[in-house]
Amino acid sequence: MSFIAKPKITHPGIPKNKLGLTARDYEGTVSTLCAGCGHDSVTAAIVQAVFELGIEPHMLAKMSGIGCSSKTPAYFVSQSHGFNSVHGRMPSVTTGANAANRDLMYVGVSGDGDSLSIGVGQFVHAIRRNLNMCYIIENNGVYGLTKGQFSASADIGSKPKKGEPNNQEPIDPVSTALSLGATYIARSFSGDKEQLVPLIKGALMHRGFALLDIVSPCVTFNDHEGSTKSYAHTRQFYHHVVDMDYVPPAEEIKAAYAEGDAMPIEMHDGSTIVLRKVDKDYDLTSRSSAFKFLRERFNAGEITTGLLYLDESRAEMHELMGNIDSPLSQLPLDGLHPGGKELKKLQNRYR
Amino acid sequence: MKPTDTSNPDYFHKVVDCQRGCPAHTDVPAYIRMIAQGEFSDAYMENRKSNVFPGILGRVCDRPCEPACRRGRVEDKPVAICRLKRVAADHRDDITARLPKAPDTSNGKKVALIGAGCASLTVANDLAPLGYEVTIFEALQTTGGLMRTNIPQFRLPPKVLDEEIGYILDMDVDLKLNHPIDSLKGLLDEKFDAVFVGTGAPRGKNLEIPGRYDSENIHIGIDWLESVAFEHTKSIGKRVLIIGVGNTAMDCCRTSLRIGADDVKVMARKPRGYFKASDWELEDAEEENVEILINHSPKDFVIENGRLVGMTFEMMEYNIDENGRIDRGTVVGEKIIPCDDVVLAIGQDNAFPWVERDIGIEFDEWDCPIVNETTMMCGRDGVFFGGDSAFGPKNIIWAVEHGHQAAISIHRYCQGENIEDRLPDGLNLASQKMGMHEWSFSNDYDAASRRLMPHVDLKERFKQINIEVELGFTAEQAVEEVERCLNCDIQTVFTADLCIECDACIDICPVNCLTMTSNGDEDDLRTRLSAPAENHEQDLYVSAELPQTGRVMVKDEDLCVHCSLCAERCPTGAWDMQKSTIKIPYAKDELPKETPRLVAESGT
Repeated sequence: MSFIAKPKITHPGIPKNKLGLTARDYEGTVSTLCAGCGHDSVTAAIVQAVFELGIEPHMLAKMSGIGCSSKTPAYFVSQSHGFNSVHGRMPSVTTGANAANRDLMYVGVSGDGDSLSIGVGQFVHAIRRNLNMCYIIENNGVYGLTKGQFSASADIGSKPKKGEPNNQEPIDPVSTALSLGATYIARSFSGDKEQLVPLIKGALMHRGFALLDIVSPCVTFNDHEGSTKSYAHTRQFYHHVVDMDYVPPAEEIKAAYAEGDAMPIEMHDGSTIVLRKVDKDYDLTSRSSAFKFLRERFNAGEITTGLLYLDESRAEMHELMGNIDSPLSQLPLDGLHPGGKELKKLQNRYR
Repeated sequence: MKPTDTSNPDYFHKVVDCQRGCPAHTDVPAYIRMIAQGEFSDAYMENRKSNVFPGILGRVCDRPCEPACRRGRVEDKPVAICRLKRVAADHRDDITARLPKAPDTSNGKKVALIGAGCASLTVANDLAPLGYEVTIFEALQTTGGLMRTNIPQFRLPPKVLDEEIGYILDMDVDLKLNHPIDSLKGLLDEKFDAVFVGTGAPRGKNLEIPGRYDSENIHIGIDWLESVAFEHTKSIGKRVLIIGVGNTAMDCCRTSLRIGADDVKVMARKPRGYFKASDWELEDAEEENVEILINHSPKDFVIENGRLVGMTFEMMEYNIDENGRIDRGTVVGEKIIPCDDVVLAIGQDNAFPWVERDIGIEFDEWDCPIVNETTMMCGRDGVFFGGDSAFGPKNIIWAVEHGHQAAISIHRYCQGENIEDRLPDGLNLASQKMGMHEWSFSNDYDAASRRLMPHVDLKERFKQINIEVELGFTAEQAVEEVERCLNCDIQTVFTADLCIECDACIDICPVNCLTMTSNGDEDDLRTRLSAPAENHEQDLYVSAELPQTGRVMVKDEDLCVHCSLCAERCPTGAWDMQKSTIKIPYAKDELPKETPRLVAESGT
């Protein structure tokens, strides 16, 4: 970690967003993670995405559990809401928060330990109920905070810094989410902001559960030769499958795309995601073919990245439950809490 | 772009804007750090190495370092470099034992220096310790040249001059006062191995308009200042007009206020922004309620009954184009401004009536000698020029630099070596890493604003002509001001082989100087960086190809605040903070080196 704060001084030429804020206004405290940690790049990408979207800081809630990844909400958008929960319990806490106030934008930052080991039960059920949130897994294949033991996402044959290679099957968050019906699924790499920033923007604006599995190397315990989650390995086996651009509502699609290459998909808020297929064989609207494709590439040792699955049609949690449009937290007490008499009436209906 | 060649001392020298901007290349960040540590004598000696007169220059330098200062680009006000120099001078201990001394035996070579101003004194300072027998010929009864005759005592006390000039004269320099040289030819016939001319630009420009010679109350600025300095002139009328708006004009108006004037107007032909005077000198004059009138072009002097009663001015209007160029202007009216005295401060010319035109020295159309800008030698072998006498009026710090260069040439000339064949600048780089996140310098950006120089109370200062107006920084002010220095000499040095392209440096950089991108030519790269790189005077630092992706790391040097966070956040040490020491050669470096010392020189 660094002992001095990032100076408040800025380059006079940096851009401002629609709120008149610069990206610097969306920063948090200085990171206490190891120098070179992939998580810090993900943090910077979140800052950039939130800045570009022009999100009002007080309309954002940062949720996390325990782990290196779960420390990072302290490092972005200081002036937003946040909850640092018990290990692996971020999805439940976010469910509660979202149930109470559906107007906020929820970004959960978790890790492979927090989501795929201790919190795997919470993770899968948040997907099932299609909780409207952006769920980021900073995936480095090790438990960095406890000195580098393999996590549940470690690949077979991946070598640790010391000791024996891993021989257990890894949990792949992308195929897990695909099988459970998540509606926005992407994989990226902390070292590729060009791809990552639009993916985060899309995930934040998507209505429903958006999963971002981000390979985010642990520079201290998993960046050596033989590791399958190092900077060098990721760069070597890294393949863009579908890239995307996020175009805000009421903005013209300006970038030039070759015909047949680009596919615009309108989102619920009127914004557009323009998909750019890099791999022509891939169909990201079909769960079964996506699953097959990803498995084949995985078996070949490839790290497939980009927006891998998108379904804008499925209802999210509040719609599934038939809730009112305004946040429950804004209901007056007598509306929110009708009293013992009404409860009795309700119970009697089911007797 | 090709990878930046940092082995060329020029590259990192350019990053140290202040040192680069200083004609004598004073190592500003180094001495500021010494002041920060309370090592005032060390800071003084570091200054003296390059600029010879820290006490004098700490008060009256033209400070080209300050407009160059990076802090001025990052915020709006540069570090008060000049006045920190004065802090070093004010607070130093007795440093006489640390000064260079003349050796016991001469090297048998004799050098004549004409004029006892800053240029000649610098040559003496550099050559006397090498064993040269140095003789200075001075026309006046005292040393210092224009530093003493033209800079008023309320800006530069004589005590400061005497002390710093004394350091040089004490190196067994033979000083001949009241000894004008009437003929260079005559001097060349004497047995000198080399002659240096440092006689300044002694002729104030005249204004040939009607009435110029009809009154005793029209003065030439620099002659009048000299006359005041030597107490021949002790008073002036109540209402004074100063013609011209350069630094001499500022000295003239402020001097007038101290010897009897109470209504002083500085008459400028052009609008603000086209004044020659430095901003801080304008500020100081205006603080003393001097009025500056713009767009007044002198037409004639109004004489009534043989007495100067005023001056007629043509009122001007100018067109300024988008590049800030101003046209010659048109006359839109006339105005008479009453006055008792007029001081003309519209520039200086060179004058060499004592240099024969048939001795191999050529002159240009402005009566300036043709002098080689590197060697300072003129067309005649063995005759060197420096200071204002070489290329027309500049300033003290340029004169000092000319003196250093002339001293190198004189030494090589006297030793029978080629004077063109000079030592190149050198570069030393040393990592400043002291621990995981510890650096040998104060790297935390301090947002403090520039300290204001305390001045003697407005009423108090006019009581005598020699009350120094600036009081110098207090210890507290100095402590705050030194922290404003960005330590630009502590370079960000990048080693491409070590980089794993984790983006940590880019994410942490507060001023968005860093980018990893595919290579391209400079104009193309400048459009693809994290933040606009529009200052083409500042270089791009481009790395070799990065190992994993073949991209390049590009750093725009323009606004880097040298906070070292890139190096702190770098997991592999690809970024390091290294102090660059630019080794500027002096005459003494021409001497054969002593046996190498076993112990390395202690760095700073």
